[in-house]
Amino acid sequence: MTIVEKILARATNQKSVKAGDVLEPAVDVAMSHENAALVINQFNEVWAGTGLEPVVWNPDNIAIIFDHRVPAESSKTATNQKKIRDFVRKNKIRKFHDIRSDEGGICHQILAEYGYIKPGYVVVGTDSHTTTHGAFGAFAFGIGATEMASVWTLGNILNVEVPETIKVVVNGKLPSNVFPKDLILYLIGKISAQGANFKVLEFHGEVISNMSMSGRLVLSNMAVEAGATAGIVPADAETERYLRAAGVTEKLNFVLPDSDAKYSQVVEINAGELKPQIACPHTVDNVKSINEVEKKHIDQIVIGSCTNGRIDDLEIAAQILKGKKVAVGTRMLIFPASWNIYKDAMKKGYLEIFADSGAIIMNPGCGCCLGVHQGALGDGEVALSTTNRNFKGRMGNPKGEVYLCSPAVAAASAITGELTEPALGGK
Amino acid sequence: MAKVVYKFGDDISTDAIYPGRYMATVLPTETPQFCFADYAELNKNLNSGEWKNSVIVGDNNFGCGSSREQAASTILGHGLIVIAKNFARIFLQNAINLGLNLITCPDLEANVGDEIVIEETKVVNKTTGKSFDTVPLPEARKAIVEAGGLVPYTRKKLLEKNKK
Repeated sequence: MTIVEKILARATNQKSVKAGDVLEPAVDVAMSHENAALVINQFNEVWAGTGLEPVVWNPDNIAIIFDHRVPAESSKTATNQKKIRDFVRKNKIRKFHDIRSDEGGICHQILAEYGYIKPGYVVVGTDSHTTTHGAFGAFAFGIGATEMASVWTLGNILNVEVPETIKVVVNGKLPSNVFPKDLILYLIGKISAQGANFKVLEFHGEVISNMSMSGRLVLSNMAVEAGATAGIVPADAETERYLRAAGVTEKLNFVLPDSDAKYSQVVEINAGELKPQIACPHTVDNVKSINEVEKKHIDQIVIGSCTNGRIDDLEIAAQILKGKKVAVGTRMLIFPASWNIYKDAMKKGYLEIFADSGAIIMNPGCGCCLGVHQGALGDGEVALSTTNRNFKGRMGNPKGEVYLCSPAVAAASAITGELTEPALGGK
Repeated sequence: MAKVVYKFGDDISTDAIYPGRYMATVLPTETPQFCFADYAELNKNLNSGEWKNSVIVGDNNFGCGSSREQAASTILGHGLIVIAKNFARIFLQNAINLGLNLITCPDLEANVGDEIVIEETKVVNKTTGKSFDTVPLPEARKAIVEAGGLVPYTRKKLLEKNKK
C-alpha cells in the first residue's frame, strides 16, 4: 500500500484498502479559519429540524485559527469573527488561535508549530492549502464549508474515494541558490496545474530525506497547485525532531509505504540541474527558469505566507538584504507566517535589517496573498511574491500580474527592482 | 433547453469565479451578486437576471484553487449549468454538496449562443445537432446528489447514528 492507503486503512479499521475504494474515515484534525462563519451556518442547517441540540462531535479535534483578515478589515469580518468566538466558547474548542501576538499566525503554520499534526493523521481543513500537513506524513486535504459542517457533526468525512498516488523522486543536490520552492514550482510546471488532479503526490529521494521540515512544508503546501488532493512526505527522524521541539511527547507512528506499493506514475527529478524557478502570470504551472524572465521590472515584492514565511525564509532574505536598500520605485512587504516567527526574527535582528532596507513589516496573516487585506496591486503593476498563487486578480487586482518565486529571488530582486538571480544561497 | 452565454479557457480559478476580496460575504443568499465579479459583462448580465439558468462552458481544470464554497454557491444562485472537460477536486465536491449541476463532458463542441439540452448520459447541442457523451459521477457521489446535497445527507446519517 501507498502512504495514503495505509493511513485510510487505519482510519477505517481495515487491514487494507486500495485506490478507488469509498470510505468514511475518522478525522483527527478538522481546521477552519474565518470561513468557520459559513461552517457554523451549514452546521446549524444540518441539525435544524432534528429536535437535537447542535453539538460538535469532539471539540479537541477541531482547530480554528483567525488569519485571513487580521485584524478585521471590515465590520462584516469583525462580526463573523465575533460569531466564531461565541461558537468556540460554547463548544469548548481549545485549539483556537485568536488575533493575538502570543498565539496567532497563519493557520497552516500554527497547526505545524503547535504540534497539532502527527504522522498518520487524517486532517481536513476548509482551506485548499491544508495539503501543507502532508509534510508530517499525514493525509491532509482541503474541503468546503458544508463538508466541514458534516465532519463537525459526525467526526467522519463521508464518501471519500481513496486516491491514486504519484511517486515523486528527487535525487542529487540542490544548487546553493535553489530552494524547496524552486523544486515544487519546477514539478508543477512539469506535470501541469491539473497533473495530479484527484491524486496524491508522495515525495521521495535523497533531497527530500535531507530536507528540513520547513522545506517539506513548502512542497506539501503547493502540492494542491498541481491539482493534488494531498502531498505527503514520509515521516522520519526530521519529522520527529520538529515535533519534539514543538512539545509533542507522545509516541509517534510513522506510516511508510510498502515496497510493493502501486503508483499511478513515477516522476524523477535531478535536483542538481535546477535553476531558480519563476511561475509567471496567470497560472502556477506557467513556470520558467529565472534566466528566461530576468530583468523584468517589479513594483511590489512580497515575502511571507503559509508557503514561505518561516524563519529560514526570513533568514535568507535578511542575509541578502543586510546593509542594502530596496530599489527606489519598488516596495517590499514582509509578513511572517506566525507571531512566534515574527518574534524569533526580531530577536535575531532580521526585522531591523528589513526595516533599515525600506521593507514594510506586516503582521502575520494571509495578508495580500489573496488580495483581501492590504498590499493590493495598482492597474498594470507587477508583483514578485513568495506566496503560492498567481491567478488573475489574486493580489486584489485583475489588471495586475503576480510572479511567484523563492525568498532568495524575492530579496535579490528587491535590491535591483527587477527579477534577479540570487548570487548566493547556501543554507 | 438552455443557451450558452459564456465560454472560458483552461484553469478558471475560484479567484475568477468569486474574487477573494468578497470572501467576507459567505451566505449562499448573498454570494450571487459577486459571481465572476471581474468579468464585467458576465457579472452584469447575471445580476440583471438576463442570463439566469443559462449554460457556461469551461475547458480543463475548471474551479481550480481555493476551497471557498462561495464559488459554488455564487453560480448556484444564478441557476447556471456548468459544462467543462474536467473540474478541480474541491470545487466539484463543493458543487455536489450544494446541489450545483456540473457536467463533465470532455469532447463538447459548443459556442456562445448555441442551445443545449442536458440528457442523462449526453449533452446535445441543438444548434449544431451534435451530441457528446458525459462522464457520470462516481457512485459514491451520486448518493449525496440523490439525498439533495450534503446537508440532508449528513442529517440522515446523524439521525441514524442517534437511533443506535
